[in-house]
Amino acid sequence: MSVADYAFYLFALTTVMGGFFTVMARNPVHSVLWLITAFVGATGLFVLLGAEFVAMLLMIVYVGAVAVLFLFVVMMLDVDFAALKAEMAQSLPLALLIGVILLMELGTIFGTWHFADGAEAARQFVTPAITEVHNTEALGLVLYTDNILLFQLAGLILLVAMIGAIVLTLRHRTHVKRQNVVAQMHRDPAEAMDLIDVKPGQGL
Amino acid sequence: MYEFFTTTNLGLALLILGQCLLIVVPLLVALAFLLYFDRKVWAAVQMRKGPNVVGAFGVLQSFADFLKYVLKEIVVPAGADRFVFFLAPMMSFVLAMVAWAVIPFNDGWVLADVNVAILFVFAVSSLEVYGVIMGGWASNSKYPFLGSLRSAAQMISYEVSIGLIIIGVIISTGSMNFGDIVKAQDGAGLLSWYWLPHFPMVFLFLISALAETNRPPFDLPEAESELVAGYQVEYSSTPFLLFMIGEYVAIVLMCTLISILFFGGWLSPVEWLPDGILWLFAKIFFFFFVFSMVKAITPRYRYDQLMRIGWKVFLPLSLGWVVLVAFFAQYGAFWGAYARWTVGG
Repeated sequence: MSVADYAFYLFALTTVMGGFFTVMARNPVHSVLWLITAFVGATGLFVLLGAEFVAMLLMIVYVGAVAVLFLFVVMMLDVDFAALKAEMAQSLPLALLIGVILLMELGTIFGTWHFADGAEAARQFVTPAITEVHNTEALGLVLYTDNILLFQLAGLILLVAMIGAIVLTLRHRTHVKRQNVVAQMHRDPAEAMDLIDVKPGQGL
Repeated sequence: MYEFFTTTNLGLALLILGQCLLIVVPLLVALAFLLYFDRKVWAAVQMRKGPNVVGAFGVLQSFADFLKYVLKEIVVPAGADRFVFFLAPMMSFVLAMVAWAVIPFNDGWVLADVNVAILFVFAVSSLEVYGVIMGGWASNSKYPFLGSLRSAAQMISYEVSIGLIIIGVIISTGSMNFGDIVKAQDGAGLLSWYWLPHFPMVFLFLISALAETNRPPFDLPEAESELVAGYQVEYSSTPFLLFMIGEYVAIVLMCTLISILFFGGWLSPVEWLPDGILWLFAKIFFFFFVFSMVKAITPRYRYDQLMRIGWKVFLPLSLGWVVLVAFFAQYGAFWGAYARWTVGG
């Protein structure tokens, strides 16, 4: 086995273990920490595939931002998770039923899936050879040329989601003490304080 | 012998291990003296003597402190989450060290010469927030928790502007490799470095770096007078030492980033002197001195001021700058100072 093989098994094991313990952990904060472990494992797998740009994005966006927010929220929660789990046991049969149905649906797709004629050629066409350009550049060449409309639409959806979140949480409350920064910056030092010239080495 | 190190698995592993040690050990030793230097500068500004007992002029003070930290008893608070409690300082230390893997010290002197080096450093520094959050939560105590929340909010806020400033440099270079970024600044010495075309961003980056590393005037997470010591309150002995080393290594890393991104890394400021690793060290040392002086001179910010300057001043400014740089680069403004793509490709 080469070093890359060892690395693959290491990262794959990390990802699977992380996912498993995310579900199994009793403490929700531990759950999020295991989730982060799974993310880091997935990052390693991307690097092994040669997609280092996607790997770094996964690290920055998911681990560096999304998971931090998860952790924030989960740490603030004051929920008795043992009671919650007991309630969950009641709806276990329904959950199992839905799971089985989903699995069967996926199974039917698996047998009948086939590509359209020319799909393979179209995929080959858009990505330049990995020896010619770095994958960051290759991604940019595809994203900002052929798929610019989709890219802009995705940005627009994110913008709408952001505005929606702000509108939903923004409440104008009265009787709140606010800092007026402009007024604070325009205070006159001559009126606000006394300056005393202290000689070096002597003190006041 | 040469073939053993370049062809066999064991040889490669030993070689990489040796290179890692070659970076980590000098870094930690240098850090001991930088800590001493930091305290001396601080003392000099306040008209004190500073550490002056251990060794000549107190130069060995950091080593004495190291022994003290290691030999003291480790206290774990009752009700603490033991696993996370000890994981947090280790993570903080390891992540601070990992970023150095992609930092070049001279032309080609780099442990891992990856294409996305700058993104790697950014990713790792965005992970450093975990040490803080985990430490604050696992202590099972109010003050560390408040401190860690403040710290996490602060680090996330200033990461945004640091990322946007870095994007400006990436646009100018056309590459995310540190080696290419430094080579793109080669030319007429001092004047061809990025500090000139990216002038306003140098200050924004410096201030964001101060906030990102929780240094004064943005040391609200540790505010001695308000929160005792923020997320580290419950830590003693070696775990505390790991937190502290992690913090200082992050500061030195930020100094290195400023030197590489805006001040030409290992390039010489004048053309008649050779380039070399000593220039990089001199630049890092200078920026560390700037960090120390800022710590000594400035009073602490208020928390709402900190958040306001991060989100309402730095974010729009750096975002606008990215757009401006993109235009300058595309249309070759200022004799192509913003578009040096021949080096990066």
